Amino acid sequence: MRTYILRRLLQAIPLLLAISLLSFFIMQLSPGSYLDTMKLNPDVSEELIETMKRQYGLDKSVPEQYFHWLWQILQGNFGESFTYQVPVLHVIQTRVVNTLILSFAAMFIAWGFSIPIGIYSATHKYTIGDNIFTSLAFVGLSIPNFFFALLLLFLIVRFNIPLPINGMTSIMHDFMSPMGKVLDILKHLLVPAVVLGTASMATLTRIMRGQMIEAMRSDYIRTAKAKGLKNKKVVYKHAFRNAINPMITIFGFQISMLLSGAALTETVTGWPGLGKMMLTAVRSKDLYLAMAGLMIGSVLLIIGNLIADVLLAVSDPRIRYS
Amino acid sequence: MDKINQKPRNLKNNNDKDYEFWYDTWKRLRRHKMAVIGGTIIIILYLTVIFAGFLAPYNPYKSFKKHFFHPPTQVHFTDEDGLTWPYVYATESVDWAEYEVIKDKKYPIKLFHRGQEYELLGLFETDLHLFGVDEPAHLFLLGSDNYGRDLFTRILFGGRVSMFIGFVAIFITTIIGLIVGGIAGYYGGWVDNILMRFAEVIMSIPSFYLLLALAAVLPIDISSTLRFFLIISILSFRGWAGMARVIRGMVLSIRNEDYVLAAEAIGARDPRIIKNHVLPITTTYVIVRATVSIPGYIIMESGLSFLGLGIQEPNASWGNMLTAAQNVTKITNFPWLLIPGFMIFFAVLSYNLLGDGLRDALDPKATETN
Repeated sequence: MRTYILRRLLQAIPLLLAISLLSFFIMQLSPGSYLDTMKLNPDVSEELIETMKRQYGLDKSVPEQYFHWLWQILQGNFGESFTYQVPVLHVIQTRVVNTLILSFAAMFIAWGFSIPIGIYSATHKYTIGDNIFTSLAFVGLSIPNFFFALLLLFLIVRFNIPLPINGMTSIMHDFMSPMGKVLDILKHLLVPAVVLGTASMATLTRIMRGQMIEAMRSDYIRTAKAKGLKNKKVVYKHAFRNAINPMITIFGFQISMLLSGAALTETVTGWPGLGKMMLTAVRSKDLYLAMAGLMIGSVLLIIGNLIADVLLAVSDPRIRYS
Repeated sequence: MDKINQKPRNLKNNNDKDYEFWYDTWKRLRRHKMAVIGGTIIIILYLTVIFAGFLAPYNPYKSFKKHFFHPPTQVHFTDEDGLTWPYVYATESVDWAEYEVIKDKKYPIKLFHRGQEYELLGLFETDLHLFGVDEPAHLFLLGSDNYGRDLFTRILFGGRVSMFIGFVAIFITTIIGLIVGGIAGYYGGWVDNILMRFAEVIMSIPSFYLLLALAAVLPIDISSTLRFFLIISILSFRGWAGMARVIRGMVLSIRNEDYVLAAEAIGARDPRIIKNHVLPITTTYVIVRATVSIPGYIIMESGLSFLGLGIQEPNASWGNMLTAAQNVTKITNFPWLLIPGFMIFFAVLSYNLLGDGLRDALDPKATETN
């Protein structure tokens, strides 16, 4: 197992190199630069722009810029953000944490609801309850994240529900007790997490239901039932454990979906995450910040996939990696 | 749905069997009530957006500057004498985005009303609209936006972008996916290696981040048609990788089947073998995949346009129409701005229902688990 993880990590290196090349290439294609926008400002002197050009290495040739950037990254330096005027790493750290908080909360909601619902639907196939859940899953699957977020915000304001509608903390956050601070963040987290969670919940429920139905139809379930085991035991001890395996494979795929979905949800709900940062970076041509965003996002994705594969091996003794 | 009934031409020698398969599929699909409903809604949506110019009372760019954020015009069906032909009242702006109804004169809704000119089907110019009212009354069925443009009209025109972008994008994605997957699986070796590594790179970047970065590359001063196609290219650039991977796997598994080797032995050239013998086995997969992917493209396009990186004003798309609703105070004051979102929802829902039914119909074995 250890060798497997090690090999996967080693394989990720050329992959990340290629991703870095691609992100650099895309950002180079982008017309105009942050300095161009600065030049339009009459208060900014010609010298300042020249200094900044040199400082950020923008006066060098394109390949030189790339290798310079790459070399810096390897030393843990992602360059400096134009807009924030601080090291990119500084900006990105808190953003990554925020996005992770949001993604985990969403995942918690999604898995927490979809597994019981999936089991219920499978054991009560074609009943009214099952039909309702299946229809709801279709609705959840079809509603775009950002629109759902807008709808929720609309309802919150319309019906005066005491929930914050923007950002991650309230103005009074700094003066709150530690407990109050956590509660404050949780309150802000609710809308984006529900929005993000429902999207994955729909897919997960459908898969869980399908897996569970398939498991319930297998021979070992018939045997278990024939032995006279209680229905509860058959469902939860026998069928459930086999049905949950494929769900773990989905886990890796979900991370990709969560990261992407988070970008739009964050923008609408003002959650200061990686996705929202990417949007501002891309819009203001904040070169290094955008490239770092692409890189970090990819790293998260690759790690997520690896975790999914490892979990799969842990949960299913038939799977052996070497 | 019509496509399913067509016989793919690559299996000429097997006509009857082939026809039977698609006929059975069609029969199974028709039994799937939700899929039929979804398919019908989709067809209606496409027809509506194609004939948008005729169905909409106004021109999508026409702005009534004194009637911005106008609530949906109330259509009256009754007057003092009871039931009557539907009519509306004119309104006048009294304050910022506040309007007063002038009850002096009734303006009946006219069928086949002569309004602004437009091009029908891009062929001929006409000014005939299905319905409309005379000035100074306005018919804002779903309200108006911040420039005083009719929301109903813009939803119909915006639907063109949203409905067709998914369609064209999946078409291009499929072609690239088939070519790359086919080549990688057929030739194997280093070709396969390079192509698949490249696919992996694209799949390892969170899709929306990649889309954001790519959309930012687009220059601002390009024509709307060019922009439309560039957005499609971006979506396809991101999309082909997943499809190519699966196709490659399928091709790899039949690469050494007798009939492929036989074709090779006869001396058929590679492109011919790939096209006629290898790729046809992927037909079912491709159809299902295409149908279930379209909603994803619709959502991605609307997301990009919503953020201002996709289709740009003054052109309408369901996504960029929602940008006006981004502000919470605006949506509470002018809730009709949210309507384009429901259109996205209905379109995506219909495609999902159709895709679900299609998957079951093409793969009867899978139905049992549903």
